[in-house]
Amino acid sequence: MKLSSKWVQLAALAVLVAVLPLFFPSGYYYRVGALIFVNGLAVTGLVILIGYAGQISLGHAGFAGIGGYACALAPEHLGLPPSLSILLGAAISALLAVLIGKPILRLRGYYLAVATLGFGILVSMVLTNERALTGGPDGMAVQGLALRKILRGWGWRLSSGEFWYVMSALAMLLGVWIALNLFQSATGRAMRALHGSEVAARTVGIDVARLKLQAFVISAVYASVSGSLLALQNKFVTPDIAGFMHSIELVTMAVLGGVGSVVGAVTGGAILTLLPQVLTVFAEYEQLVLGLVMILVMIFLPRGLLPSIAAKMKGRGE
Amino acid sequence: MDALLQFLLSGVTVGAVYALVALGFTIIYNASDVVNFAQGEFVMLGGMITVFTYQAGLPLPLAAVLAIAITSLVGVALNKLALEPARGAPVVSLIIITIGASIFIRGAAQLIFDKQLHRFPSFSGDQPIHILGATLVPQSLWVIGGAVLVFIGLWLFFTKTLTGKAVLATANNRLAAQLVGINTGWIMTLSFALSAAIGALAGVLVTPITLVGYDVGVGLALKGFAAAMLGGMGNPKGALVGGIALGLLEALTAGYLSSQYKDAVAFIVILAVLFVMPQGLFGKSTTERV
Repeated sequence: MKLSSKWVQLAALAVLVAVLPLFFPSGYYYRVGALIFVNGLAVTGLVILIGYAGQISLGHAGFAGIGGYACALAPEHLGLPPSLSILLGAAISALLAVLIGKPILRLRGYYLAVATLGFGILVSMVLTNERALTGGPDGMAVQGLALRKILRGWGWRLSSGEFWYVMSALAMLLGVWIALNLFQSATGRAMRALHGSEVAARTVGIDVARLKLQAFVISAVYASVSGSLLALQNKFVTPDIAGFMHSIELVTMAVLGGVGSVVGAVTGGAILTLLPQVLTVFAEYEQLVLGLVMILVMIFLPRGLLPSIAAKMKGRGE
Repeated sequence: MDALLQFLLSGVTVGAVYALVALGFTIIYNASDVVNFAQGEFVMLGGMITVFTYQAGLPLPLAAVLAIAITSLVGVALNKLALEPARGAPVVSLIIITIGASIFIRGAAQLIFDKQLHRFPSFSGDQPIHILGATLVPQSLWVIGGAVLVFIGLWLFFTKTLTGKAVLATANNRLAAQLVGINTGWIMTLSFALSAAIGALAGVLVTPITLVGYDVGVGLALKGFAAAMLGGMGNPKGALVGGIALGLLEALTAGYLSSQYKDAVAFIVILAVLFVMPQGLFGKSTTERV
């Protein structure tokens, strides 16, 4: 990739995030923007797992569910402020990722896919069935973040949409920065070696099992924080957040944009978040179009939207 | 004791449907190394097309045959239009293509048909059969019989016929199969048609018991996928055993533990089996080539 310098990518994203609101015709667009960033954060985590380390997960929405429900349950039952609940959710997700990752990550390809899928379904099933605690399929309310009140005290009167636009954008940029750093680090290089060939990576002395687990745990934390932010800004959370379709959406976003590159994957996330908003006019055809887009991109731009386009432009320039 | 028998009977019925879906998975996986997440949509199409052609006035057997034929064509189209152009793509891309196809087919079904649940009459009445204190609807026998016949048919096809052996050869090594004169393109078409037909047959058989709607495919695909994995991907015997085992597990859990968590226990058992036997019950272990 030509635009490979870490800072160029990060700066491009930051400028985009800062400039976009100038063109927003209404407050509603802040909500859509915040949603894009929240998805972008989860998708960046998947880039580390799928794009760097080459392991698949069809159950990452399970971690998003844990993050989301941590923000709903911890303030109510443990008296924890929502901001600390995000950390609690992330810690639980990381712990769970270690526990299930150890046995699961020995599996490969489709077997790993079904094992992670099973995990995701188990989480969403618990959230749906434990009505007494989680409110069942109807979901439950989530407290707001105290930070917004504090900011108001300082004279910064942000609407809910604006506040979450900024918060989600910061969270995503932080996530992207960490992912880009990881890419260039020794750990990141080892992960990519593992992606290339597990046997070869092991031969040159890479602790394959440990590395896979690291990638899995890191991406689980990303998904968990993304789920927390989603629950906090919606002020509501339902078991759908942990559902199979959400897992599929996240993986599709990552692969659609280009799972090898963070910026590409975030772009994919933006497109798939925007698509339903655009298609509300043709609500009847939404599924038809979504399915078609998934198939066509994978056939004609197999490396994902952004890397394929970048490669084409590079080819033309030479 | 009566209760146990009742659970076993309903478990085998559900399991037979899972086995049919898993057999469909197995055929496509064997021929092309693709796990087809749209397999559940074939079941939905089988049921839905039968419902609507039957309501249009066609006799039920004819409606069923028509549904199976149309679904086979959809299967062939899936291969020609979506999978063949992406040959050699990584596993993740293939998973996304077939999931995309499944969403597409569901969206189309919702437009062409409707969002209601439908059924058509059972093949041989609804008078329950009493066996040792437990009851069984006659349609269950059709489902179980259908699964067994399809399994025997596939076994004969793969072991006794030249075409069946050609499918296995193609699965083993596509290039080598071409070199000995096998028309691998045609074999691929045949595999997708066969797999879709089996899926549609499952839909036709089970609709009188469970009803059919445009969105029943996802759940069935997941269960069939899990069953195929449990038995060991690519092994017809594994698909049959995995499907029945999954059905029994669900029925017993629903009966004795909790009906809410019946799906959960199925996935827990699958995880456990994969931990102990990472290749499934009947799968062969493979070595990675560098």
